[in-house]
Formats: sequence, C-alpha cells, structure tokens
Amino acid sequence: MLETNFAGIKMRNPTVLASGILGTGSDLMQRVVEEGGAGAVTMKSIGPEERMGHANPSVIEWEHGMLNAVGLPSPGYENMEEEWEGLSKRNYPLIASIYGASIEEFVLVAKNVAKKKPEAIEINISCPNTKEHGQIFGVNEDASIEVVSAVKKEIGDISLIAKLTPQAYNIAAIAAACEKAGANAICAINTVAGMVIDIDARRPVLFNRFGGVSGPAIKPVGIKCVYQIFDAVKIPILGMGGISNGRDAIEFIQAGATTVGIGSGVLYSGFDVFKKVCNEMENWMKANKVESLEEIRGVAHG
Amino acid sequence: MSEKPHIAKITKIVRETPSIKTYYLDYAMEAKPGQFAMVWLPGIDEKPFTLTAVGKECAITAQCKGKFTNAMCKLKEGDKLGIRGPYGNGFDTDSVKNACIVAGGCGAAPILLLAEHLQANNIETTIVLGARTGDECLFKEKLGKTTEKVFITTDDGSLGEKGFTTGILDRLLKEKTIDMVFCCGPEPMMKAVYAVCEKENVKCQLNLERWMRCGFGVCGACALGKFLVCKDGPVFTGEQLKGIEDFGKKAMLKSGKVVSTKEFGEWRQE
Repeated sequence: MLETNFAGIKMRNPTVLASGILGTGSDLMQRVVEEGGAGAVTMKSIGPEERMGHANPSVIEWEHGMLNAVGLPSPGYENMEEEWEGLSKRNYPLIASIYGASIEEFVLVAKNVAKKKPEAIEINISCPNTKEHGQIFGVNEDASIEVVSAVKKEIGDISLIAKLTPQAYNIAAIAAACEKAGANAICAINTVAGMVIDIDARRPVLFNRFGGVSGPAIKPVGIKCVYQIFDAVKIPILGMGGISNGRDAIEFIQAGATTVGIGSGVLYSGFDVFKKVCNEMENWMKANKVESLEEIRGVAHG
Repeated sequence: MSEKPHIAKITKIVRETPSIKTYYLDYAMEAKPGQFAMVWLPGIDEKPFTLTAVGKECAITAQCKGKFTNAMCKLKEGDKLGIRGPYGNGFDTDSVKNACIVAGGCGAAPILLLAEHLQANNIETTIVLGARTGDECLFKEKLGKTTEKVFITTDDGSLGEKGFTTGILDRLLKEKTIDMVFCCGPEPMMKAVYAVCEKENVKCQLNLERWMRCGFGVCGACALGKFLVCKDGPVFTGEQLKGIEDFGKKAMLKSGKVVSTKEFGEWRQE
C-alpha cells in the first residue's frame, strides 16, 4: 500500500529519516530502519574536512518545536572509512547529505561520497546556521544551477536531491532551476531561521544565537513550499517540516510530495515514529478507500 | 516538560575535594539515581552532569579540569546557571538483593544518589571507591553513611588499599553473594569491571559517558553502536553491551569523527 518509487529508488514506505537527526553511525541508522520502520535514511551532512560545529546549547526544544544550530559538524569525508564499511552491509536505501562552502568543495565531497555508492546524494544548499555554507546557494537561482550541474556531473547515475530553504523568496523558481540543472528530486524544506531568547538569562539560548526552527511550528511553511514546488517541477519531492503523525504525512502527499521526511518527529514520538506514521497513513487510506498514494498525490491542487 | 534550560540560582556550594565542588540550586527536580541534567553557562557551553541531589533543591557536582568546569568553579553562591532535565534512564534497582557499587574518580558522583536509594530500600550494599589520591576520593564520608562496607583504593596508596577497584571486586564476587554490580568511572575501569562480572557471571549496570548535544535522543552525537547514551543510557546492562564493539574502545568527537577512547578522553580534558 505504501511502496514508493522515489527518483529511481524503491522504498517499502515513503518515510525518510531527515538529515541531521540520528544519522551519525551505521548501527544507529540500521536501528532506525529495523526498529523504527523508516523507508530510507539520510546521513548527517558530510563536509570537505573535519568540523566541530557550534558549541552548546546547539539543540533545544521550545513550546512549539525544536531550534538547532548544530553548525554542520562532520568528520570530513576522508575520516569516515569505518562508517562506510558499516554502511556497505545495509539493506535499505541510503541518502548521503553533503555540504560545502564553494562549488569546488561540493564537487570534491560529491566525487568522494559517490564512490561509496549511496542510493542518492542530497546537496544541502539550505543550512540556516553557518555563515559560509549552503543557504547562500539555495536562495539564488544561478548559484543553484551552478552547484547542481557541477555535482551531477560528478555523481553520474546516483540520484541528486537538492535540499531547499524556505528562506528563498522564490523557492519554486529555485526548484525549477535545480530541475533544469539535472537534479533528480527536490527536498523541502530545511529548517526556518529563528531565535529563542531566555528572558531570565537575558540572551539567546543557542550558543550561535540563531538557528533553524523545526517541528510542528513550521508545518504550514513546509506544506506551502511543497505545494508551490509541485506546480513548478516534474521531478519528485521529498516533503518535510513538522511531520509527526500519519495525517501530517498525508497532508504533504496531498500538497504534492512523493516521500516524507521526519526529523524532529523523533523527539515527539521516539524511534518508531516512522512505523507510527505509516500505520496511521494506512488507516487513513483504508478509511477513505484510497489504494495507493498516487491517487492522492497533489490532490489539493484540484 | 519543555527541553529548554531554566535559569536557577546557586544557593550553596560545597567543596567536596580540593578539585571537586557541589552546587545546590533553587530548582526542584525529581530524578532516578544515574539520570542527568544539561547545565548551561550562558556564553560558554552546555554539558551533561549527573544529579547528586534531587527534590526541592537539586544539585550537580563538578571537578574543575576543563574550560567549562573551570568557569563553573569561578561561580559563587547567588550566581545563576541554566539547567534542563532530567534525562536518561538511570540505574535499575528492582529485584536487586545484594549490591556492589564500584566507582572511580568523578564516577562517584552518580553513585551517591544510588547508594542512598539502596540504603532507603534496605538493600545490602558494598561500595568499592577508587581515586588517584585520598584527598581526591569523592564522597567518601557521605557514602560511608549509607553502608558500613566501604573499600577504598588509591593509585598512590595514600588512603585505603594501593591498587585498582577491580582487584577488590574480584575478591568480593568470589564470595558469591552479590547479585548486581553498579559501576561508574573512567571507561577503561568500567571495561575491566564488565570483564570481571562476565567472568564471575554476575549482572552489572554501567553508567557510560559520551559527548552530547541535545540530551533527549535526537541529534545522534552520543551514539554508541546502535544506542544513544543520552536516551537509551547513560546506564547500560552488561547484556546490552555484549555486542557493542565500541564500548571501551571508541567514541565520537564533537565532529562525529570516531577515535579511540584514549584520544576521546584527552580531548575531553581540554
């Protein structure tokens, strides 16, 4: 009922572990699939060299979601042999997220990560909490075209997913630019830039002061972005932003998503949030006599 | 519970050893022994600390040794810090009849609430307390109030027996009365305790440590094999650790790079 084909990747269900959540080790990712029920897993973003990320607090919860400024920590692509060794035994689709501060860095990381044969490479052109990475590309059509085409050239048959930011005033145009440049799918949305101030401490809670908001608070933002992107491109969309139950996931599918990413949902419902979302999706489909997700994909556009 | 820090005032600071102090806060927290809280020094960093008192005024205990704890050491009564928690699973004392606690160095911190809990539940308890020197032997008086059976070992022989905690544990387990070993200390020591328990076929629970970010099971920074130390732990049973290759061998730096526990330990001292 939930089997999904996403940019050439066969998935048992449409749920995907979002990048930056739990994707730090192969045994942990295996557990997200086996115990958790995820259909595919995205690794924590990989960069050109070892990077420590920001000091703490770097991940907090507030009343309506999460806020993080982890700051793209990465061992660097050269320091991950053991990790890849563990991942080579996997029996699930793997999406490798990568970042860089220049086209050259994106290309360097993409070339090396592609050798490890993940099912897809997601380019993070949308991180809201570091100065020089990501978002600088994702808010500009020309820069998006440049980075997508350069990376696509390096990775050949491996599917390229462009992860976009809602900070772009024209996210649909950026998505269309990525499609034109050779992207095989769009992932939307990354977190929304935000800040929480502790009034008793009289300063922002995050060490980095501002970060990315995720969780229930941003679901309407994600839905709107996916809805607009669906009208602008033919390639499939991995929709995310505040999904923690089956109804949220169906809402994204109706906006036009093919697959659904879950990140902060792990905080609200634990490891097996993927199973829970799938069960609830199936129940809704049965109750509404829907036999496949194809039937309702983008139906809200009617 | 929102996982955001609460600003609390330090009501009392108690010097436990020349390098270790306990900070009592005007913040109420209920927690099981072994659970921890994230402590925030605004503008500096946020780190996990086991709770050494719970109830109306919770407390944490820290040794001045790195950038964060040195900043903590400068705090005075009346100063403020941020705290959120409790997190993690804590020790499981259900159905334990005759316990042995092994603690090394700062590892005595989570042991205090545990020993008090075991005493309150009339569970027979033996404590083996290891330290570098007698001066630095944390909570020796407080732990001595929970049971008569306290063995102390020091690296330099300045207090108790000169040597390691595992030597005493080995002797105790051979007497065949202990049915659970609780342990917290440096990872090489815990690995050795785990091995002794395995050999003598006695169950154990180990309070492990990894570098953390969120504390609530989302970011993956504290992964140990398939486990998250912040959420599945920090207390693990010997059975759980059986297939975990990285236990006693490897840990992740802040970057996510996997290094030896030795290199991890050196990095943590900074």
